[in-house]
Formats: sequence, structure tokens, C-alpha cells
Amino acid sequence: MPGPALHLAVEIDGDGSHPAAWRRAAHSPGQLLTPRRVARVAAVAENAGFTLITLDDGVLPPGAAPDPVARIGAVERAAFVAASTSTVGIAPVVPVTYAEPFHVSSQLASLDHISGGRAGWLVTEEERPEAARAWGRPPVTGTDARARASRDGVEVARALWDSWEDDAVIRSVATSRYLDRERLHYIDFTGESYAVKGPAIVPRPPQGQLVVLGEPDRVPAAQLDVALVAGRDLAAVAWAAAAAGTPRVFAEVEVALDTPDATAAERVADLERHAPWTDRGRLRHIGSGDRLVALLGELSRHVDGVRLHPLVLDEDLPVLSRLVLPALSERRHLARPLPGTSLRSTLGLERPANRFAAAAVQEEAR
Amino acid sequence: MTRTDPLDVPRPHAQFHFGVFFQGVNHWTIWSAPDSGSQIDPASFRKVAQTAERGLFDAFFLGEGLRLREVDGEIHDLDVAGRPDAITQLAALAAVTRRIGLVSTSNSTFNEPADLARRLSGLDLLSEGRAGWNVVTTDNAWTGANFRRGGYLDHADRYRRAEEFLTVARALWDGWDDKAVADSADAPAWSAPGAVRRVRHQGPQFDLDLAPTLPRSAQGHPVIFQAGDSGEGRDFAARNADVIFSAHGNDFDDALAFAEDIRNRLRAVGRPDDDLRILPGTEIILGATEEEAQEKKRWIRLQQVTPATALGIAGLLWGIDLSDRDADGPLPEEDPVVAENDGSFGARRIADPREVVAEWRAKAQAHRWSLRETVIALGPQRGHVGTPSALADKFAHFVRHGAVDGFNVTPYLIPDGLDDIVDLLVPELQERGVYRTEYTGTTLRDHLGLREPLTHRSAPARAHAS
Ligand SMILES: Cc1cc2nc3c(=O)[nH]c(=O)nc-3n(C[C@H](O)[C@H](O)[C@H](O)COP(=O)(O)O)c2cc1C
Repeated sequence: MPGPALHLAVEIDGDGSHPAAWRRAAHSPGQLLTPRRVARVAAVAENAGFTLITLDDGVLPPGAAPDPVARIGAVERAAFVAASTSTVGIAPVVPVTYAEPFHVSSQLASLDHISGGRAGWLVTEEERPEAARAWGRPPVTGTDARARASRDGVEVARALWDSWEDDAVIRSVATSRYLDRERLHYIDFTGESYAVKGPAIVPRPPQGQLVVLGEPDRVPAAQLDVALVAGRDLAAVAWAAAAAGTPRVFAEVEVALDTPDATAAERVADLERHAPWTDRGRLRHIGSGDRLVALLGELSRHVDGVRLHPLVLDEDLPVLSRLVLPALSERRHLARPLPGTSLRSTLGLERPANRFAAAAVQEEAR
Repeated sequence: MTRTDPLDVPRPHAQFHFGVFFQGVNHWTIWSAPDSGSQIDPASFRKVAQTAERGLFDAFFLGEGLRLREVDGEIHDLDVAGRPDAITQLAALAAVTRRIGLVSTSNSTFNEPADLARRLSGLDLLSEGRAGWNVVTTDNAWTGANFRRGGYLDHADRYRRAEEFLTVARALWDGWDDKAVADSADAPAWSAPGAVRRVRHQGPQFDLDLAPTLPRSAQGHPVIFQAGDSGEGRDFAARNADVIFSAHGNDFDDALAFAEDIRNRLRAVGRPDDDLRILPGTEIILGATEEEAQEKKRWIRLQQVTPATALGIAGLLWGIDLSDRDADGPLPEEDPVVAENDGSFGARRIADPREVVAEWRAKAQAHRWSLRETVIALGPQRGHVGTPSALADKFAHFVRHGAVDGFNVTPYLIPDGLDDIVDLLVPELQERGVYRTEYTGTTLRDHLGLREPLTHRSAPARAHAS
């Protein structure tokens, strides 16, 4: 017996999750970087009923030398997509290992304004030493140091999102005041390698705080709204989900589906001639759409949502959109976002109180 | 302004260009009027950008400030404040506009080349060649408190860093050969082996090594703007920029002197002296008659210079906190204090406040002006006021005599402040033959009539071009 309705997310970076996915794409390689292509994939995902699209990123090119693949920055793509969609949630991947948390916070807050409260943030890490060379910064090495960088980055971003109270813009003609400076706050963050003063330059995002997604062993559970959990089988995913300790949990699932032209296995085999499908320890479904529907039904007993990583977007997204999501919907297992709803409320998460406003109230009460 | 014979001028066929500057902070944007819209709602940005595009503008322009302004250690609360990250906002506008350029003011002091160059490339690709980068360096140190490096760079070093930053950015933008990307799925590789060059840079400011992630855009790479007024700033522009966003656009003689100075600097570095577009920021106030335009200006100034703002501006001149005085009363009796300003408010350095105050006193007495009226009449001035026809004559004169190439208009109202300029002034300019009647190209570089990017010109061709 399946559990409650599932939220489905889909990763839409590049041509799919297989490194050679571009060889089965329905467009020539150069088209990958056109605005039409970026908007089209997002539109298909939105119309299919996905709750969320994610956009992978990093400072290094996605394909390895000698033939790098190009990639437009995830925040820029997300903002572009936000302006051409109306309902789907949008979460760019932004690592904070080397980035300036002040910029990251502003960019993401802006994305939330632009999308009318549909933005999320998928926190990841720049692990390779080449990333440090690209940034021109001393390398952050070791799991602990990288985790600390992520924790500090998320802490700064979250504090900056609260640094304007919701009603800081007062436009008081009587007193000539545009702002109420009592409702703006310095965050005065001091970490091990940097300090950030604040307040933000962007008013508080519509959701108050964006939905923050990440892997629970990389970012402390207390800082996450949604944990993304992996595992090669159902039991491993169920165990990781139970251990996550976050308000919501999504399972990572890689999918290759049967299409009218070829079976999933044939499609995978075709691409494996060029490169192996990178093993990230995630649950993998290679087979029919119907069997995926069944698997998702199983998963819904353990997680709130699933993030799908299609083998090839141009081939798998149509099957997801014509077969898998409608089948789930029919069985009332698909939680579809409603127009005009924030990502937070779609996920059943509360809009958080502002930490500084809350502090002020406590102060008064004492 | 008399209408000049178009053939008896230095640049008879010069074309006038418009950009629109959607302001983030300062008292020129009226927030108190009933039709003042939101400064943060995406609909405001869309409306202004689409109106500008309807008016065949070259560019939609966003400024940047990386820390909220303060006066005496307290957040300045009188003006519009709070704005989106520029590149993020512009990427969204790329989806809802088709032709207009999208220019981001982005700081070279508090960004890193790999990151910023990549973000700008992404904007350029998503807009199919419509991106611009206004390179600013920050005129203060306190912004650094929001960033890893803190506020350590002095003025000259900021421009040194900017120049090295641009060198790295250009190497990254030029890192992919044209046709590097495969044209079919059967190609041996996604990008031709060897067609992507690593950028290894070791200099005083940057030490990095990376593979660029993006191919060139339809216009090569983003158009480079510069907005700084010091000698170093102007030299930086002469060496590197395609467009200058100046503050010299109100007075013809001042604008011409600035333009001549820039042309001299261009020649000195071996560039053709028409290689840079000069687009001063300005405000345009229109009325059906001259009286109506002046009447509108009075109303606008009263909205902009509220009593509190008048006291703030006067306070900067006097060097004294005047916020508890009566703006509608006489000028303060005290003499000004010559004090060092930390620049957190972006205050202009006033050479000798005592002299200025003496002049203000004399004029205020003669005209029986209150402090607020004095600030309006003698404080920071800007803009052009008149009928669409008179201003079209004036602007045609400006551009044909080489004082400007156009203006970057700062509407006093968001989001509708551009409507009358597009509906009334643009047709007058078109009638005079100084303004396009349709977009003839698709990229920002096309709109501005610029040559190919500096780094794409071979050395002899570059010298020869003049
Ligand atoms: C018209 C104009 C607009 C400017 N806009 C910005 C801006 O939006 N953000 C910013 O940080 N600096 C801005 N600046 C500041 C300059 O880019 C520069 O950093 C500053 O003027 C110091 O350089 P300078 O000494 O060469 O003038 C602007 C300057 C001018 C003249």
C-alpha cells in the first residue's frame, strides 16, 4: 500500500544524467545553450506537473577534458526560467565552498522575488582541487573543512534573508521615511575564514526563507528544509530517509525508461559505448514507465518526494510527462503544485518567522 | 535652442542612443506619489524594460551597491533602497524582451573573475548577445565588510585590479574557438579537442588556472561600460571600454569638454576616437508647453527633496547633523565644519564648504528662499526640462556636435516614468533623423554601432582603424 502523494523533482541540467546524453538528444550540441532550449525543457517539466526543477552547476565544466561540455550558470538559467514559467519550483545548485556568501544570498533572494516565491537552493560542494585553482583561492580540503564552508555559507545566506523584516519598507510620507531602520539588521557574522556585516541589499524574499535542499551529511540537518538522500536500494533509501532529521526528505532516483523507439536497456547500452553512467550510489531504475510508477509508490511510504535524474532529457521527459506523472496523478499519488502557490507551501512547509523580529518581540516581553 | 543646419556640424549623421537606468537608491526616484510602484516587484522591471524596448532603446541598465548606505553610522532611511542582484534580474528580463541590451553594473573589487565572467557569459548567451558589463570599482572601503577580502584596496589599486580582472575575463570569453561546439551528435566529441584553451594567469591580483565553461555569444562577449570620473577611471575607459556612463550630460559645454577629454585619451592609446560611446546619466522632464514642463519640474523636485532630504543634503554641506531643524525655515546660522566623510553616503567631496555656504546665503536672502527651496535651487542639479520638440532640438544639437552619443535616462517614477519619453520625445528625435526607426541589429554591440571587441582586432588593424 503506497503512502501519501509524492512531490516530484527533476534535474534538467545539460542533456541528461548520462555523460554521453548529448548523443541521443533531439537537438544539435550547440542548441543546448540557446534560450529557446532552456525555456522549452522547463516548460515541459512544468506542464507535466513536477513540483520542482533543479539545475546542476559548479565552476568547472561538466564534461571532462579533452572535450568539455558548456554550461550556463545555474542561477542565471533559473532566473530566466522563472520569468517564463508560473507554477513550478526552481532550485539552482550553488556551491559555497569558494563563492562569496553575500553574493549567493542576494542572487537567491532575487530569484525568489523574480519567481514570486518559487525558489529553492540546492547546496553542494566544490570538491576538486581544480575548483580552488579556478577561483584563485586556497583549497578547502577534507570533508570537514568543506562541510564547515557549506554550513557557514548557508548560515550567512539565511541570516541575510532575515536581515530585512517583512515590513521594513514603510513609505511613510508623514515622516519622509522610506525605510524603518529599526526593522533592518546587521547580521555581524564571524566565521573561521571571513566575516559578513549585512544587512542584505535585497529585501526579504517572498517566502521569508528559500527552501534549502542538500545532502544531510554535508549540511547540518537544522539548516535544511529538504534532505536529498541516496542509496542503491529501497532499504538503503528508507534508512537514510529515517535518519535525515529534516522537515522533508526527497530520494534521488536515476531513470532510464522504455520509449516507443527503444527499450531503456538498449538506450543505456548505446550510451555506455561512449562512457560509463557515473555511479553516485543512487537508486537506479532502468525499465518501463509502469514499473517506475510502482517504484515511486513504494518510495512514497518513506519519503516526501523524489528527485528524478533522467538518462536523456529529450527521451525520458516525454515518457515521464505522458505516462508516469499522469498514472501517479490518476492514483492520487502525485502532489501537483498549484498556480500562485509558493514552493514552501506546496511542500507544506511554514513560512518561517523572522529571527530578528522574533528576537525583538522576546526583548519586549522581558 | 536654435535648430542647426544638419550639414554644418561636425557629425551630421550622428545617431542618438538611449539607455534606461532603473535606479536602486537615491532621492531622485520618487516613492511617495500615488503612481510610484514597487522597486522590487519583477513586474516593475518588466514594465520599464518593455517600454524602453518599445522606444527602441539600446539598453536597460541596473546599478549596484553592495552595502546599504549609512549616514553617521545609521542606515539611511529616506530614499528608495533594496534591489535585486543585477545579473540575476537581467537574466529574467532576457526571457521577456527580445532586442534591448541588458547591462549589469558589477564590481571588480568584490567579485572573482572566474565567477563573474561566467555569470556575464551566461547572460550574454541567454539574451543572444545583448549583455553589457558596467565595470565599477566601488568608491569606499566599508562595502568590504560584506566580503571575504574586506575593504583594503586603495583607489589606484582598485583600477589595477579592474584592469587585470578584465584581462582574465576576456581570456575566458575568448577561450573557446568559434565552431568549437560539435554540430551533430555523431561528432567525435562535444567540443573539438583543443578548441577550448585553459586560462592560466599569474599576476599581482590574481593567480588562477581554469578551463572556460562557455563559448562566445552572438556579439563576441559582453559590451564593456565604465562609470568612474577620476583620471584613472577615464584612462581605464580609454584602454578598455566600449561605452562610458558619465555624469556630464546636463550642460553642453561640460559634456563637450568631457567628450573631448575622452577622445584625446582614446587617441593616446591608439584607438580611433569614435570607438567609445558616451552616454551620460540624466533625467528628462517633459511638458506640453515650457510652462507646463517647469511646473512639473517644481512638483517633481518637491517630491524628491522632502524636508528631511533637504536637511540631509544641507547637513552634508555643513558637516553638521541638521535633521532636527526646520527645512521650511531659514538657512542654519552656523558656519560649515570641514570634516572628513568616510564616503559611506557616497558624498561628493566639496572643495570649500564655506564658500558654497556663503553663496547659498546670498542667493537665499535675495530670493527669500527657505532652506528646502535653496537646496532645490542650488543643490545637486540634473536633467533636461522642456517640450518634446525643444528637447529633441537640443539633443540633436548635443549629438551632432559630439558632446554625447545619447543619454542613459533615469526615470523619476517607476514603472511608468519612461512612457512619455517613448511616446512623445522619441518620435520627435526620429523626425529629426537622429534616432532609429527600427532595430537594425540584434545584439547590444549592433545597437551601439560598435566595432568588434578590442581583443578580436588584430594589432595592425587596430592601429589602422584610426
Ligand atoms: C554615472 C555614474 C554611475 C555610477 N554608478 C555606480 C553604481 O551603480 N555602483 C557603483 O558601485 N558605482 C557606481 N559608480 C561609481 C564608479 O563606478 C566608481 O567606482 C567611482 O566613481 C570611483 O571611481 P572614480 O574615482 O574613477 O570616479 C558610478 C559612477 C558614475 C559616474
